[in-house]
Amino acid sequence: MKYDNKAWLFLLPALGVMALSAFIPLMTVVNYSLHYIFSGAIPEFVGFANFIEVIRDAKFQGALGRQLLFSIAILAVQMPLGIAIALSMPKKGVGVAISLVLLGIPLLIPYNVVGIVWRLFSQSDIGLIPEVLSWIGYEYNVSLDPIDAPVTIFLLDVWHWTPLVALLAYAGYLAIPDAFYRAAEIDGASRWKTFRYVTLPKLRPVLVLGFLLRFMDSFKIYAEPLLLTGGGPGDTTTFMSLFVARKAQSYELGYAGAASIIYLFIVIVMSYLFFQLLTKLGQGESQKA
Amino acid sequence: MASIELRDVWHSYDLEEGKKNNWQYAVENINITYENGAAVALLGPSGCGKTTLLKIISGLTKPTKGQVLFDGEDVSHLSAKDRHIAQVFQFPVVYDSMNVYGNIAFPLANDGVDSSTIRKRVYEVAEILEITDLLKEPAGRLNPADKQKVSLGRGIVRPNTAAVLLDEPLTVIDPKAQWGLRRKLKQVQKELNFTMIYVTHDQHEALTFAEKVTVMQVGKIDQTGTPEELHENPASMFIGYFIGSPGMNMMDCTVAPDGTVAYNGTSFQISKKLASGLLEHGNELTLGIRPEYVELITRQEKNAMSGTVKLVEDTGAYKIVTVTMGSLDLKARAPETMKVEEGQAVWMGFPEKDLKFFKDGKKVL
Repeated sequence: MKYDNKAWLFLLPALGVMALSAFIPLMTVVNYSLHYIFSGAIPEFVGFANFIEVIRDAKFQGALGRQLLFSIAILAVQMPLGIAIALSMPKKGVGVAISLVLLGIPLLIPYNVVGIVWRLFSQSDIGLIPEVLSWIGYEYNVSLDPIDAPVTIFLLDVWHWTPLVALLAYAGYLAIPDAFYRAAEIDGASRWKTFRYVTLPKLRPVLVLGFLLRFMDSFKIYAEPLLLTGGGPGDTTTFMSLFVARKAQSYELGYAGAASIIYLFIVIVMSYLFFQLLTKLGQGESQKA
Repeated sequence: MASIELRDVWHSYDLEEGKKNNWQYAVENINITYENGAAVALLGPSGCGKTTLLKIISGLTKPTKGQVLFDGEDVSHLSAKDRHIAQVFQFPVVYDSMNVYGNIAFPLANDGVDSSTIRKRVYEVAEILEITDLLKEPAGRLNPADKQKVSLGRGIVRPNTAAVLLDEPLTVIDPKAQWGLRRKLKQVQKELNFTMIYVTHDQHEALTFAEKVTVMQVGKIDQTGTPEELHENPASMFIGYFIGSPGMNMMDCTVAPDGTVAYNGTSFQISKKLASGLLEHGNELTLGIRPEYVELITRQEKNAMSGTVKLVEDTGAYKIVTVTMGSLDLKARAPETMKVEEGQAVWMGFPEKDLKFFKDGKKVL
C-alpha cells in the first residue's frame, strides 16, 4: 500500500485548534515555571529552582499524596461497582430505558451544579446528610470534620461518575455474543468462572477506557472540593488542581507553573503505565485451571 | 456417545413468550432418530427451524411438547450441561484470555478432573486435531479455522460427551481453510465415533459430511435420507429443488390414460402402466426431472421436445444449458464436449425412469 502525506492536511485544522487551546498555553506555563515572577515585576530566569522548591514543599507533597489516595479509592470503588451495576441491569424490555435514564441523570449534571447541590445536602444546619446521620447518632460536619469532608467528596464522585463506568461496561456487556455464554454453560463453568473467562476478558477494552477516563478525571478533580469545602477543613480536601490554582491565584506564577508541569507529567506517565499494564494484563496468560 | 431421538417434538416461541393470540409453532411434529456414532446433518434454508431443533437437542430450549431421548432415556428435563452435549458455534467461541491448552482443559477442569488426567486427555485431543504445536498459543490470536478446532476440542475432550452439535461451523472460515476443516470434522467423527449433528443451509456441506441428512422446510421435516436418496428420490418438490445444483426442473402437467403427458403446450409419451399409477392421484400433477437426466440432443427425435438454447454456463467439467420452451425454462446438463450455442434449436428427451411426479408438493411416484 502507498502512503502519502495528505492526511496531515486534513489534520491541520484540528492541530491549529490544539495549538491555540493547549500547546501555546502549555508553553506559557513552561515559561513561567522557569522564572521568578511576581505580578508587575520583571521576570527573572531561575532555571529549575521553582521545581526544586515545589518538590521539597510539604504542602505540595501533602496535596499529591491526598490526590493519589483519592484517585486510588475512586478507582477501587467505581470500577467494580460500575461492572456490578452493568451486569445486574436488565438486558431487554422497558427496564433498559429506565435504568439508562437513571444512570444518565448524574452524568448530565454539570460539575458546579453537582457541587452546589451536594453543598446543600451536606450543610450542617439545613442539610439532608447531617440530619439523616444524626438519627443514628453520628455528628456530621463537612466544614469542620477532617474525615467527613474528604469522604463526602468521595461519595459525591462515586455518585456522579460510577454511572459512566456502568454505562461503558453495559455497552460492552451487550456486545458479547450469546454463544460465549452458551459455550460456558455447556463447558460447565461456574458463575465466577464465566465472569472471569468470558465477561471480564470481553469487557477489557471498555474497562481500560473507563479506568483511564476515571483515573485522569479524578486526578484533576477541582470544582467539587472548591464548591463543597473550599479545600478545607485545613488542607484535607485540597487536591492537586485546587492546590495549583490557589498558588496561581496568589500570583506565585513561577511556583504554580512548575507544580503544573510536574502534575501534568505525573498524569501522563501514570496514564501511559496504566494503559500498557491494562492492555497486556491477562493477554495470553496460561491457564492451568 | 449416545443415540438421539426426538419424539413428537413441537415448539413455539410465541407460547414461550406468553403470546395468547396468533401464535405459531417454530417446529412441529418432529420425529428423528439418530443412531449412536452417526454423522448426520440438518439441512434447510434460513429460518426453517434448524437452530430451534439444535437448541432442543442441546437442552438450551425446552420444547413446548414432545420428548428428547438419549439412548432411550428421557432427558427432556435435563440442562445443557447435564446432557453432555458439546457444540461448535457459527462464530468461533474460544476463551481469549487462556491459551489453547487452557481452553481444551476447561471443561475437564470444571468437572474436577485431576490435572495429570487433563494433561493426557488434552494432548490426545490436540493430536487428533493436529494443533499440538498451538497448545501454548493464546487462543484469541488463532485464525478462525484453528479457533473452530479448539472449539471442537473442548467438545470432544470430555469422554462422556453424548453428541457434538455443529452449528454452521464453516460460515466464517475462508474458503481455502474450509476444505481442511471439513475433512478434519469428518475424520474426527469417524475416528472417535462420536454422534455428530451438522446444521447448515449449505447442501454441499451437509451432503459431504453426513451419512444421513434431514431436510427441513418451515418447521417441518421433509425427508431424512442418505445424500443419494435425497438426490434420486426427493420426497417433495422442495427437496427436488433445494438439493442439487441446479435444482430439479419442475413443470405442471396433465396426464392422460393413454400415457400422454402434456405440459406447456407440448407433450410426450410415458408407459400406460406408469400413467395408470399416476392417475390414481389425479391427472393434474407436477413433473420433475433433474438437469443431469435431461437428454439434450441437437436433432429431432421421436418423443423429444424442441426448444431454444437461452444460456450456456460452462463449469469446465460440464455445461449447464438453459433451454427455453415458450414461457418455460428448463435446465439440462450437457457433457463438456458437446457443442451447443446460445440461440440454437435443441431437443430434449425425458427418460421415464428419471421422471418424478408430485402432487401438492409431495412426491406421488
